[in-house]
Amino acid sequence: MKNIIGRKVGMTNVFAPDGTYVPVTVISATANTVVERKIKDKHGYEAVVLGFEDAKIKQLTKPMRGRFEKLKLAPKTVLREFRTGLGEAAAGDAVTVAGFAPGDRVDVIGTSKGKGFTGIIKRWNGSGGGASHGSMIHRQPGSAGDTNAAKTVKGAHRPGQFGNDRVTALNVEVVQADEAHNLLLVKGSVPGGRNGVVIVRASVKDRSHGG
Amino acid sequence: MDITRVITDAQKKKQTVEFGPGDSVKVHSRVTEGNKERIQVFEGVVIERKHGGLSESFTVRRIAHGVGVERSFLVHSPRVEKVEVIRRGLVRRAKLFYLQDRVGSKATRIKERKS
Repeated sequence: MKNIIGRKVGMTNVFAPDGTYVPVTVISATANTVVERKIKDKHGYEAVVLGFEDAKIKQLTKPMRGRFEKLKLAPKTVLREFRTGLGEAAAGDAVTVAGFAPGDRVDVIGTSKGKGFTGIIKRWNGSGGGASHGSMIHRQPGSAGDTNAAKTVKGAHRPGQFGNDRVTALNVEVVQADEAHNLLLVKGSVPGGRNGVVIVRASVKDRSHGG
Repeated sequence: MDITRVITDAQKKKQTVEFGPGDSVKVHSRVTEGNKERIQVFEGVVIERKHGGLSESFTVRRIAHGVGVERSFLVHSPRVEKVEVIRRGLVRRAKLFYLQDRVGSKATRIKERKS
């Protein structure tokens, strides 16, 4: 199965078989457990719920405790549902990086690094005003929109919280899957800082798995 | 140990030839043309070495048909088949960028180091 939950370790470089030097992000994904298999007849859609990193019973809420007790599985801290690239999976199965092969296309979802409250230049790539000649407009936002509209259009570029948001890197290439160390190497960067939880799923852009 | 470190260390070449700035070397590198692979030799003077773990590199400069040509190689790249040292040079600095500004016979003149 081409889905797994892991943690970002950091970035480095790797030599590809043809000798090219490839920048990679290392994702550490110790074995995930299939917590639940959702089926069309019962749940209305096909999905798989994966659990990552063992949790202590006392850390869980009562409803979560009940869920794991019913399934007779060791409790997990991170639970995520996947709807692409499912393959064969039953509750209780272990999911490892063995399901990935070099060249596979995946999406990597993470929480981007928080940048706090930022202006339009950083947040929306605004160009800013003139620096001198008394322009008095340096890093301010420009027009807020149509004055006749009597309201601000939704999604207008304004200052605000930037980062610390769910970000998906689409169509990322798998460079290497190291089963012995539970590592997954993907080409290029991945959202979030080190030790952040990242979700790797079969890419929605990849048509080969029929998703 | 740091996991990324383990990954890069595993790819490092076990043995590398020792050479430094000022040395004349022949670099045998693998080049693919179409679907054929052959060894290409680039000969010249090492003008810099850059550290950086797996990214460690060096730059070789030569005068080809009156034009200065520089090529950088990654020390640990599998494409770099081997490095032959032809002559040890005696230089006083780590980066020989001053050679880039030189014209004529002075552009290639480096004293030989006698060990």
